Amino acid sequence: MNLLQPLVLIVLVLGVALTITAYLTWLERKIAARFQNRVGPYFVGYPHGWLQPLADVVKLMSKEDIVPFHADRFLFNLAPYLVMVPALLGFAFIPVADKLAVVDHPFSLLFFLAFASLSLLGIFAAGWASNNKYALLSALRMVAMLASYEVPLVLSLLVPALLAGSFQLTAIVEAQRALPFVLKPVVGQIAFLVFLIAALAEGNKSPLDLTEAESELIAGYNIEYSGMKFALFYAGEYAHTFAITGLAATVFLGGHLGPAFLPGWIWLILKMLFVFLLMLWVRWSMLRLRIDQALMLNWKVLFPLSLANLFLAAYWVIYRGGAA
Amino acid sequence: MKTTEDVRIVEKEFGELALNMGPQHPSTHGVLRMVLHLRGETVARAEPVIGYLHRGVEKLSENLGYDQLAPIFERDDYLAPTANSLAYVLTVEALAEIEVPPRAKYLRTLMAEMQRLTSHLVWLGTFGLDLGGALGGGTTLFMYCFREREKFLDFFEAWTGTRFHTNLNLIGGARYDLSDALRRRAEQLIDDLERILPELRSMTGDTPIFQERTQGVGVIPRDLALSVGVTGPVLRASGVPLDLRKVAPYDAYEDVAFEVPVRTTGDAYARYEVRMEEMVQSIRIIRQLLENLPSGPIFSRKPLKNPRALRVKEGEAYRAVESPRGELGFYIVSDGSWKPHRLKINAPSFANLQVVPHIVPGHLVADVVAILGSLDPVLGDVDR
Repeated sequence: MNLLQPLVLIVLVLGVALTITAYLTWLERKIAARFQNRVGPYFVGYPHGWLQPLADVVKLMSKEDIVPFHADRFLFNLAPYLVMVPALLGFAFIPVADKLAVVDHPFSLLFFLAFASLSLLGIFAAGWASNNKYALLSALRMVAMLASYEVPLVLSLLVPALLAGSFQLTAIVEAQRALPFVLKPVVGQIAFLVFLIAALAEGNKSPLDLTEAESELIAGYNIEYSGMKFALFYAGEYAHTFAITGLAATVFLGGHLGPAFLPGWIWLILKMLFVFLLMLWVRWSMLRLRIDQALMLNWKVLFPLSLANLFLAAYWVIYRGGAA
Repeated sequence: MKTTEDVRIVEKEFGELALNMGPQHPSTHGVLRMVLHLRGETVARAEPVIGYLHRGVEKLSENLGYDQLAPIFERDDYLAPTANSLAYVLTVEALAEIEVPPRAKYLRTLMAEMQRLTSHLVWLGTFGLDLGGALGGGTTLFMYCFREREKFLDFFEAWTGTRFHTNLNLIGGARYDLSDALRRRAEQLIDDLERILPELRSMTGDTPIFQERTQGVGVIPRDLALSVGVTGPVLRASGVPLDLRKVAPYDAYEDVAFEVPVRTTGDAYARYEVRMEEMVQSIRIIRQLLENLPSGPIFSRKPLKNPRALRVKEGEAYRAVESPRGELGFYIVSDGSWKPHRLKINAPSFANLQVVPHIVPGHLVADVVAILGSLDPVLGDVDR
C-alpha cells in the first residue's frame, strides 16, 4: 500500500499533465485564432476541432525521422528527451492537495528550478548537434537569454519563499491560506510581474522568444528536427510552460486553495490556465525584442527591480518579526 | 563577386561566420538571398544575391503586340500590379500620341491609389511578421492588415472581375467602368480604412517595442540615398521630397490636392511613418477622385479585335509612375512595327535593394530583417 500510493499519484499527475499539455496546443491555437479574427482548428473532431492534437501526433509519428548529414547523432537524438523529461519532472513538486505532492521535499522550490533549468541543456545540445548555423546561433542566444533571465526569475521566487519562511512548496501554499502572495501589497505584485516576464523568456514566448525567432533564425534550435523528435520539443516546450504556470499558481495564487465548492486540484488547474492565458495574451499581441534589448531589459530593469523587491520583502518580514 | 572558396578562407582567418539567408527564408520577402558575414551576431558584411525570380519579361515583350503586354507586366510588382501596366500604357500612349478620356484617367488613378493602399497594408503586415515572427504578435498584425486588404480585393473583384491583377489599364483608356453602386461602395471602403488606420498604428508605431526595434535602425543618410539612387518612400524618409505624382503628374494627379510626407531621420521608423502617412494621403486622393469623377467615355480607340493592329511609330519614350515602392519607369524603343523593338523596366525595388550592403554592416541579424522589411522590396519587381 505504501508503495502503491505514490505510484498512483505519479500516474495521475503525469496523465493529467500530459493530457492538458496536449490540449494546451489546441487551446493556444483557438485563442490565438480569436485574437486574429480567425477560427482556428475546426474540422478534425466535431465541436471546434477538438481532435486536432491527436491528429497532429498521428501525423508527426508517420513522418520520416531525418538526422542531418554530419550531425552529432548521439546528442541529436538525446536532445529532445533532455527537454521533455525535466519539464515533466517539474510537475512532481507541485502540491495538488493539502500537504500532498508527488515529491514533498523541504527544498522542493529549489528542486523545481533546478529541473526547469536542465531543459536548457537539451536545447543547447540540439542547437549544437544539428550542424546548422541557424541552430547554433539560436543555441548561443538561448544560453545568453536563459542564463540571465534565470536571475530575476529566482529572485522573484525568493519573495514567496521569504514570506512563507520555507522552500517547501506545500508550506508556501499553506502560508497563503489567509491571503495569496500576489495580493501582498507591492512586494507580491512586483514579484509576480517580474516572474511573468521572466517566465515568458523561460518558455520561449514572444516578445522574448529570441531562441526561436522565427523571422530571423527560422525556428532556431529545432530547425533540423522532424517527426516525433520535433513533437517532443514542441510538447516539451508546452510542458515547460505549463509547469512554470503551475509554479506561478502555487507560489503566488495560492495553489490548490480556493472556495470549497470545487476540489483543490481543479482550482490549481484553473489558476494555471489563468496564468497561461495571461502569457498568451502578451504573446499574441506583442512584437519581438532584439537580443541586446532583451538582455538590457533583464539586467537594467528586471534584475534591480527584483533585487530591491527582495530586500523590501526581507525588511517586511523582519519588521513583522518572522515569516508572515 | 566572392566565390565559396573565398568565403571559407574569410571564415578561417577572421572568425567570421558566413550565413546564407535565403532564398528560402521566411523574412526575405520572396526569393532574395543574402550572404551575411557575422562576427558573433553582428553583421560584418552583407551581399544581396538576386535573380531567383527572373522571368525575362523584357525579352518576352519583344515578341508580343503592344496590346498584349500590359497584363504581363502586372505580374512584375505583384503587390501593386496596376502601377506596372499604368507605367507601360503611359509610355505607349506617349509614343503613339494617343489621347485618354478624362474619366479613364480618373479610373486609372483611382485603381493606382487603391492598390497603393493594399500594397502598403501588405507591407505593414509583413513588417509585423519580420519584427514579431509567426508565433507572436506579428501574425496578429499581419492578419489585421490582410483583413483590411481583403475588403479592397473584394471590391476589385466586383469592379474588374479579378481580385488582384485587375488589368484595368488599356492603351488609350480603361477597361472597366465604375457604376454608381460601386462608387458608393468605394466611399464606404475608404471610410472604413480611415477608421482602422489608427488601430493599426496603435499596434505598431505607438508601441515601445516597435519603436525600439526601428528607431535608429538602418539609417540611410540623405547623401547615401541620393548616390545609391533609392526611390519612393525610402528616399522620402531620408529627407528628399521627390514624388513623381507631384513633380511630374500623370493621369489625374494634377486635379487632386495631396501632400508628400517626408521625414529626415532616414531610419526604419521614418520609412514606416512615411508609408503610414502615404496611406492617409491616398485616402484623401481617392475621396477627391470619387467626388469629381467626370462622366464620358472610358476608351478613346476603336474596340480591340486584333491585338497586333496597333502600330506605334518609330521613336523612343520613357514614362514613369510613382508605384508604392518608388519610381517605376518603362523605356520603350519602337521600330514602327506591331511590337516593341526593345523595352526596359526601371524597377524601384531593384534600386532600393542596392542600399542594403551599405547600411546593413554593424547591425544585428534581427536588424537585417527589420531593414529589409522597411525597404519593402518585391522580388518580382527586382528580377522581372
